Amino acid sequence: MNVAKRTFDAVIVGAGGAGLRAALQLSEAGLKTAVLTKVFPTRSHTVAAQGGVAASLGNSTEDNWHWHMYDTVKGSDWLGDQDAIEFMCKKANEVVVELEHYGMPFDRTDNGKIYQRPFGGHSMNYGQAPVMRSCAAADRTGHAMLHALYQRNVRANTQFFVEWMALDLIRDADGDVLGVTAMEMETGEVSIFHAKATIFATGGAGRIYYSSTNAFINTGDGVGMAARAGIPLEDMEFWQFHPTGVAGAGVLITEGVRGEGGILRNSSGERFMERYAPNLKDLASRDVVSRAMTTEINEGRGCGPDKDHVLLDITHLSPDTIMKRLPGIREIAIQFAGVDPIKAPIPVVPTCHYQMGGIPTNYKGQVVVPKDGNPNSPVAGFYAAGECACASVHGANRLGTNSLLDLLVFGKSAGETVVEDFKSGQLKLKPLPADAADVSLARLARLDGQTNGESVFDVGLEMRRTMQKHAGVFRFDNLLKEGVQKMGEIAERAKRTEIKDKSKVWNVARMEALELDNLIEVARATIVSAEARKESRGAHVRDDAPDTPENPNGRDDANWLKHTLWYSEGNRLDYKPVNLKPLSDDVEPIALAKRTY
Amino acid sequence: MTKRTVQFKIYRYDPDKDEKPYMQDISVELEASDKKLLDALVRLRAKDDSMSFRRSCREGVCGSDAMNINGKNGLACLTDIDSLQQPITLRPLPGLPVIRDLIVDMTQFFKQYHSIKPYLVNNEPAPERERLQSPEDREELNGLYECILCACCSTSCPSFWWNPDKFVGPAGLLAAYRFLADTRDQDTNARLDNLEDPYRLFRCHTIMNCVDVCPKGLNPTRAIGKIKDMMVRRAI
Repeated sequence: MNVAKRTFDAVIVGAGGAGLRAALQLSEAGLKTAVLTKVFPTRSHTVAAQGGVAASLGNSTEDNWHWHMYDTVKGSDWLGDQDAIEFMCKKANEVVVELEHYGMPFDRTDNGKIYQRPFGGHSMNYGQAPVMRSCAAADRTGHAMLHALYQRNVRANTQFFVEWMALDLIRDADGDVLGVTAMEMETGEVSIFHAKATIFATGGAGRIYYSSTNAFINTGDGVGMAARAGIPLEDMEFWQFHPTGVAGAGVLITEGVRGEGGILRNSSGERFMERYAPNLKDLASRDVVSRAMTTEINEGRGCGPDKDHVLLDITHLSPDTIMKRLPGIREIAIQFAGVDPIKAPIPVVPTCHYQMGGIPTNYKGQVVVPKDGNPNSPVAGFYAAGECACASVHGANRLGTNSLLDLLVFGKSAGETVVEDFKSGQLKLKPLPADAADVSLARLARLDGQTNGESVFDVGLEMRRTMQKHAGVFRFDNLLKEGVQKMGEIAERAKRTEIKDKSKVWNVARMEALELDNLIEVARATIVSAEARKESRGAHVRDDAPDTPENPNGRDDANWLKHTLWYSEGNRLDYKPVNLKPLSDDVEPIALAKRTY
Repeated sequence: MTKRTVQFKIYRYDPDKDEKPYMQDISVELEASDKKLLDALVRLRAKDDSMSFRRSCREGVCGSDAMNINGKNGLACLTDIDSLQQPITLRPLPGLPVIRDLIVDMTQFFKQYHSIKPYLVNNEPAPERERLQSPEDREELNGLYECILCACCSTSCPSFWWNPDKFVGPAGLLAAYRFLADTRDQDTNARLDNLEDPYRLFRCHTIMNCVDVCPKGLNPTRAIGKIKDMMVRRAI
C-alpha cells in the first residue's frame, strides 16, 4: 500500500477541549500544526459536559486556590501529584477568564460576573461548607466551551484533518516520538504525519464498561496507541462512576442538579446521604455518593419494581430555576427517563463516567516514563493532555468540574511547552524509520484478510459485560482475579475479529475494529492494575480492604501510596512514587488524613 | 415492553461497489430497552456491519446522527422508535452530496458556517478579569448558542437546496445573530456588511422548515428576522 507522508512542526491528535486549547497555543505561535480528529471538532465528547468548570473566582462566595487545591488533593485520596494540582488550581482563573474573552456564553451573576454554583467535594475553608466554584453556562458548559474553543481556532486558522482516525504512534530506535499514522475515513487511505512534536488529546475510554455516560467515540484511542508503542499507563484501576446516570439509558445527569439543590432519595423517600456524609450530604465527592447509592440498592432500599435505582428529586425547586439553570437536564429526563423533573424525580444509578488514569505526564504536558533510574523521564517529542493523560491531578477520584479545568490548563500547558521547545531549537525532525507504517498496515491487512473470525460487536459486548461485572463500584478479590483471566481470553479473541464490510469508503466496521484494539488495551490495564492494588483508595474500593484504625477507609499508605504503571508488553506492572510536594513555596504539602465529607 | 420487530427501508450506497443508490428493505428485532431510533440502528449494524452512519454522544448534543426520517430531518438518538410509522424510511440529509449510505459530505454546510466569522470580535485590550455582561444581556444569547451544527435545518431549507454556495442557510445565520446579539462583540457593522447581499441573508423566504425540524427547539427564522431588522435600522 502506498503511504503518503505529510510533515508538520506539530501534530495534535484529538479536537476536544484539550486538543483545541493546545492547538490555539500552537496556531497563534505560528507553528505548522495538523489537528487530526475522527469526528468534526464540535462533536468531541467535551460537548457533553454539563455542570461547569472549577475556578476560585470567588464571584458569589469567598474562595481561593489554596482551598481548591486542598479539596482536589483530598478528593484524589492523596494519590494526586501535588505539584500538578497546585499548578492547575493556580491557573484556573486565568484559563476560565480567557475563555470568557473568547466569547464563551457563561451565565451571569446580578453584577455581570461569571455565574458560579456549588459542586461535589468543593468546599470553603478546608472542608467546612460548600463553596460556589463551578463556572457554568446553564447545564451546557461543555457545549459552550467546546464551541467557543473551536470558534477561536477558526479565527486562528488552525488546520484540521476532520474524520481522520489516528492508528499508531511512531517511535524510533531511541524511543523518541516522530508522529502518527492515520486513516482518512472518506477514502480509507493511510498517511504518515511526521512531526517534531506529537500531542495526544484523545479523551477517555469509558466505553470499556457496559453502562457508561460516554459517547460511542470514547474508545481510548490515544491510550491504546501509547500502550502498544511501549508507553506505560498510569493508575488505570481508578474509574469514576458518576452517581447520576439515567437508569437504563446511562445518559448523564449533572452533579450541578445537586449543586442547585437536588436531593437523592431511597425507596422510603429518605435523604440517605445524610447518613453517609453528614457535612456535605448530596454534595460529597462522587466516589462517596456512588458507593452510598450502591449500598442503598444492595441493601434493598432501591426504587422501582426491581429496586435497582434511587431517585434524584428536584420537585421542590421552582420551575423557574429548573428552566433557567437546568434546561438541558429537563430535556434529557423527558427524553431518556420519561419524566418531567419539575413534576417527578429522575431514576438514577452510578454509571461509568471518567478515566482518572492514562498516559503519564508532568504538569508541563510532557509524557514521562521511567528511564535510567528517573521515574519521570520525558519522552522526546511526545506530549498529552486531558482525559487521556494522567498528570496526575485527579489521583484516585476526580472532583466534578475539575475535568474541564484539567483540559484547559494542561491543553494550554502542553501547547506552551511545545512552543518553547520549538523556539529553543530543542525539537528536531528526526528521520522516519523505514518501517514507520508497518504496524498499522499489518493491522489493516489482518482485518481485510481475516476469515472465520468473531464479530467486533460480540467481542466488544463481552469486554463491556466483563468489566462491568468484575471492576465496578465495589471490587472483590475473587471477581478481580477471574476478570484478569477473562480479559486475557477476550484480548486473544479481539486479535481474530472479522469485518464483513471491506469497502474503502467511510468504513464504520473497520473503524470499530481498530477502536476495539484500543479499548482492549485499556480494559486489560484496568483489570490487572485493580487486581494488584490490595487497598481501598478513592474510586477503587475492595471488600478485603475495609475501614480500620490503621488503614482509614481501607487506605494503606504504608504500602500503596504510589502510582501504578502498567505495560502492555508482558502485561507487567511497575510503580512510581506520588509527588507529595507542591510546585512552589506558596503552599505547604497537604498532609495525609482520613477522607470524610 | 417485550421484544419486537421493526421494518426499515434504508437508502444504501457504497461508491466502492454500488453503481447507484438503492433502497434496502430490512427488519431488526429489538430488545425491550431499545427506545430510540439510534438503538435500532446499532442493532442493525450488529446484523450488517456495512450499514454506515455517523453517531457519537447518543444524547442529542454532538449533532452527528442527523438524517431524514420518514421524510423529516431529525436526530436518530432523540427520535422514539415507537413514534414512527413503519416501514421506517431513512435517507441521508437532503441537498448535500452523499459519501456513503446515510453519511453526507458536510463541506458546504461548514463553509457557510465559517463564512459568517463565527467567533467573538473585541479589539479592546483584554481586561484582567471577565468582561461584564448583565443577566438580561446574556439572556439574549439563549436560543442561539445551543446550536449543535447537526444541519437538520439547513438541509430542510429549499433556499439552501437551490443555492448552497450563496445562501448562508439557517444554521449559519443563527450563528451570525448569536454574535450580533452578544454585547461583548464589536463587529456589528462588518457582520451586517458581510450579509448584505441578495443571496447570503435575503434568500430566506420564511418557509420555516428550519424551525419545524430543529431537534434543539431553536428558531433560526426569528434570528434571521432580527438580522433583517438590524439591516433596516442601520439603513435609516
